[in-house]
Amino acid sequence: MSVNTDLLDERLQARDGLRGALATVVDRARQGELGMIPVVVGLIIIWTVMQVLNPVFLSSANLVNLTMESAAVGIMALGIVCVLLVGEIDLSVGSVSGLSAALLAVLFVDQGLPAAVAVLGAIAMGVGVGWVYAQVFNRFGVPSFVISMGGLLGLLGLQLYVLGTKGSINLPFDSGIVHFAQLAFVPEWLSYVLVAVAALWLFASGFLHARARTAAGLSASGAGFLAARSVALLVVLGGAVWYLNQARGVGWMFVLFLVLVLVMNYLLTRTKWGKSVYAVGGNVEAARRAGINVRRVYTSVFVACSTFAAVGGILMASRLAAANQSSGTGDINLNAIAAAVIGGVSLFGGRGSAWGALLGIIVIQSISSGLTLLSLDSSIRFMVTGLVLLLAVIIDSAARKSRTSAGRG
Amino acid sequence: MTAKNAEQALSLRGINKSFGAVAALTDIELDVAAGEVVAVVGDNGAGKSTLVKILSGVHPADSGTITFAGRQVEINSPKDAQKLGIATVFQDLALCENLNVIENLFLGHELRPLRLDTVAMETRSWELLRQLSAKIPTVRVPIASLSGGQRQTVAIARSLLGDPKIIILDEPTAALGVAQTAEVLNLIERLRENGLGVIMISHNMADVKAVADRVAVLRLGRNNGVFAVDEVTPEDIIAAITGATDNVVTQRAAKRQSKEGTRP
Repeated sequence: MSVNTDLLDERLQARDGLRGALATVVDRARQGELGMIPVVVGLIIIWTVMQVLNPVFLSSANLVNLTMESAAVGIMALGIVCVLLVGEIDLSVGSVSGLSAALLAVLFVDQGLPAAVAVLGAIAMGVGVGWVYAQVFNRFGVPSFVISMGGLLGLLGLQLYVLGTKGSINLPFDSGIVHFAQLAFVPEWLSYVLVAVAALWLFASGFLHARARTAAGLSASGAGFLAARSVALLVVLGGAVWYLNQARGVGWMFVLFLVLVLVMNYLLTRTKWGKSVYAVGGNVEAARRAGINVRRVYTSVFVACSTFAAVGGILMASRLAAANQSSGTGDINLNAIAAAVIGGVSLFGGRGSAWGALLGIIVIQSISSGLTLLSLDSSIRFMVTGLVLLLAVIIDSAARKSRTSAGRG
Repeated sequence: MTAKNAEQALSLRGINKSFGAVAALTDIELDVAAGEVVAVVGDNGAGKSTLVKILSGVHPADSGTITFAGRQVEINSPKDAQKLGIATVFQDLALCENLNVIENLFLGHELRPLRLDTVAMETRSWELLRQLSAKIPTVRVPIASLSGGQRQTVAIARSLLGDPKIIILDEPTAALGVAQTAEVLNLIERLRENGLGVIMISHNMADVKAVADRVAVLRLGRNNGVFAVDEVTPEDIIAAITGATDNVVTQRAAKRQSKEGTRP
């Protein structure tokens, strides 16, 4: 039997199929490549504790609420993932979302423009803010921490200015955007079709990839493993969708969030741009010498971040059917950042994935929802969320240390 | 042009470079033929790094001519150097530790930018590494988990992606242990077998003796002799590096001799 090109080295340990995949995960975790393990473990603990404290927590109705509450801030966290990956930060996503909400309401309600135009206007504002940040960052070398802190205050001021003396604008309940954020759920039959499509797609893409690798003389996963993986997705995702369908079902807004996570995951892992983002986060000088236009990469992530923040603001305003002076304030800003960090995106740059935003925001919303069910007010919620965030950063730092000692940098 | 010049892949003549009032390089000459390893040695401040930077396009030379493959050329930017086929591996390697070997090899030159062709990139990576007989067990691990010698290999392999004619290695063995140094020296020999001209900047006489065909000595920004490695002892090279008749060691020796001479 001929050996594949990539498995010729005798020092390689043979690892096949599921057992091999598991062994690899355990090994990498030991060496500090934790990936998503801490957040998944954390989520299981939180869900168990909350369910014990209040049996309503894991009910279909509550989980539907949880998904709907997650979407807006989760999309903002997706933007934070991008800036964290290049080793920068944007502290102003809350203010951008608030301004976006205010702009949407003013354009849509006060100016009487079509909803689509108002939405595009708010998104364009997000693009513009990110572009300005990037210019200041690239041209003057001001730390992103300070630029976005200026933006945090400045944009909050602009939000108050845009809202004027009224301070609050209600969006009409019969408008499309409010309907989308509050009442639009995927029909039951369609939700199962989508799950099946996802499983088939996972199998097909894996199979085609494996065939291409085999044709090139490289090792590839067997069809059995790929099938098992797809069936697992089918069962888990199908079960989750079935459970949510016992109540209102899967909201289109949550589907939008999932689609954005998938798109960002693709862009980050399968495109040249994605590789350049990770490269800049890992070693800027190396990236520059490899011919990457580092300034353009920074511009793209700052624009992506504040654009996602603007989209989050639109969804929040739509869900609340109002934009007011407190839109985007409070803990929204920090929740978005915390979600990314809890989701395993390193504050030191170059490590993490788009899935981190999804898992992180579900952790944060679970804490929030669980404590609300226990009729505990925001004082406790802030303290618990703060502790979980601290724990996530400690895990990140500790993992970094053990990576260094295990020679994984 | 003489017949000898035509064989040279790269020839420098009368290269000058100054930074402000400091003349970093004065009237430098250097020839490298295809399939030849030329070591450039010299003390700190001799102008080795400046020479590397001129050849890699980081700093253009103030005056002088560079002839590449029989044609006079100008190197004003790193891109010019790359286009000509002069690849440089800097001392700090410039690798991203969080990316794997394939990603580092193709960084900035990925195949199919909008839907990365990972299969083709991995196949090409293996080809390159096999060509160098590199000892890297798997290309899908982050650079951080590789040894110093393996990282040097990856950096050299990356510079080969653009099919260069000349490859410049800046202190390739400076931070390496004995076994890893041997690995890199093997690699340099393999580059020579593949018909590349290699310029190796080094401090280490043992390495120079081991792989170089010729040694060019720089001293205070000037040529201080070019030697065929077979016909020269390390002591001769060190004498050329330090300036033989005029250095601290010889001065002390001379002083002692004169003292002993005056003693009754």
